[in-house]
Amino acid sequence: MRLSISRISKAYSGHTIFEDCSWVVDREGVYVVMGPNGSGKSTLLRICALLEKPDCGEVAYFSGNKRLTEAISLKRRMTLVFPQVGIFNATVFDNIAYGLKIRGAGKQEIEEKTSAMLGLARLTEKRNQCALSLSSGEKQRLGIARALVIEPEVLFLDEPTASIDEMNARLIEEIILDKKKSGMRIIMSTHDQMQAERLADQILLIKNRKLEEIKG
Amino acid sequence: MNSVVVSFNQALSLILHLDRELLSIILLSLRVSGSALFIAAAVGVPLAALMAFGRFSLRGLCVSLLDTLMGLPPVVVGLFVYLLLSRSGPLGFLALLYTPSAMIIAQTILALPIVASLSHSAIVSVDPVIAQAASTLGATPSQISMAVIREARYGIMSGIMAAFGRVMAEVGAILIVGGNIAGFTRVMTTTIALETDKGNFEFALALGIILLAISMAINLALNVIRRKGGTERQR
Repeated sequence: MRLSISRISKAYSGHTIFEDCSWVVDREGVYVVMGPNGSGKSTLLRICALLEKPDCGEVAYFSGNKRLTEAISLKRRMTLVFPQVGIFNATVFDNIAYGLKIRGAGKQEIEEKTSAMLGLARLTEKRNQCALSLSSGEKQRLGIARALVIEPEVLFLDEPTASIDEMNARLIEEIILDKKKSGMRIIMSTHDQMQAERLADQILLIKNRKLEEIKG
Repeated sequence: MNSVVVSFNQALSLILHLDRELLSIILLSLRVSGSALFIAAAVGVPLAALMAFGRFSLRGLCVSLLDTLMGLPPVVVGLFVYLLLSRSGPLGFLALLYTPSAMIIAQTILALPIVASLSHSAIVSVDPVIAQAASTLGATPSQISMAVIREARYGIMSGIMAAFGRVMAEVGAILIVGGNIAGFTRVMTTTIALETDKGNFEFALALGIILLAISMAINLALNVIRRKGGTERQR
């Protein structure tokens, strides 16, 4: 699945966040968007994940040469994890299994895939614990596991390691690298230049309302 | 003072010996209020969801109206249902006046705004990140609504329990539409009023004790629900 954004602009209350930005993601790998606070990193991710529309320009997904329509089936092929994960008042297992349940997955499939994700996020021991009782780092790992369980073709991560400790940040980086190896397209934002260097195949910077490639 | 002690002892004796009349009155009370609550919850929770998620004009007015109806005086509801069900009223042909069904209708009208209004408050208080999380995971609009309602479950249960407390303790409306007919429409609150008038304090006291116990149980359940919802949220 290829993502193409073409000449998009976005403004809030008359204040332009970015304008005339274009970008294509056509290979698997990790794409990192950087920029100062308020530069529009999160907005760009939300627009790419079809959760928000640009004021002008176009966001399109293609499979080969065929353009995919913005139906729920397309949205289900990608997911975005916010810094505020949005934990459900349920067990860790039920939180991770949510995406499978709403897709009508069978019991066995839910059990197998969710257990695998619990292992990947190192949350197996907390399987039956109320997810709200997890630490910030564990919640972030849960958010990523919950996103990965649905096997998205494109995974968006909005500052996945902001405000968590180094150990959890390392665990999350390991998960990102693991998924990169398995051929996933991961588009993430971060403030951490070193992290971007460690993970990224391509780094983009939002500067002066434009999108610039600084590594690729 | 001595007569109070004697009446109290006799009341306890009636409870301990599971007096048949006492039991039938308690069961009818639970049946009427339970049925009213069931209907109010079945209608009130979806109504709350509609007002929370629906986008229609006059939504704000509907919410305000429900909030206002929470304080409906029971006697006014009783009068309204009486006029509806009386022989010359629009629903007189149903011949429901002075039956448990009429009492259920009156109590449903009292419980519905409480359930709907408190459920609505619980649903709109859910952190928007929950809907956002469900949406990013590919949930359809109805699945997003269900995820939010599930998050609001403790608040919704609190609303249902609060409505149950209100209808169980209510006397005005069911006295008007039920008629307090012995063995047919006589419930705990109406019996307490009647037996006190007659000077039959031990029977009234026995029912009073049971009613208090039910109220305490409801409050206890409410506290457990609130604590459970609250502590899980705070973790």
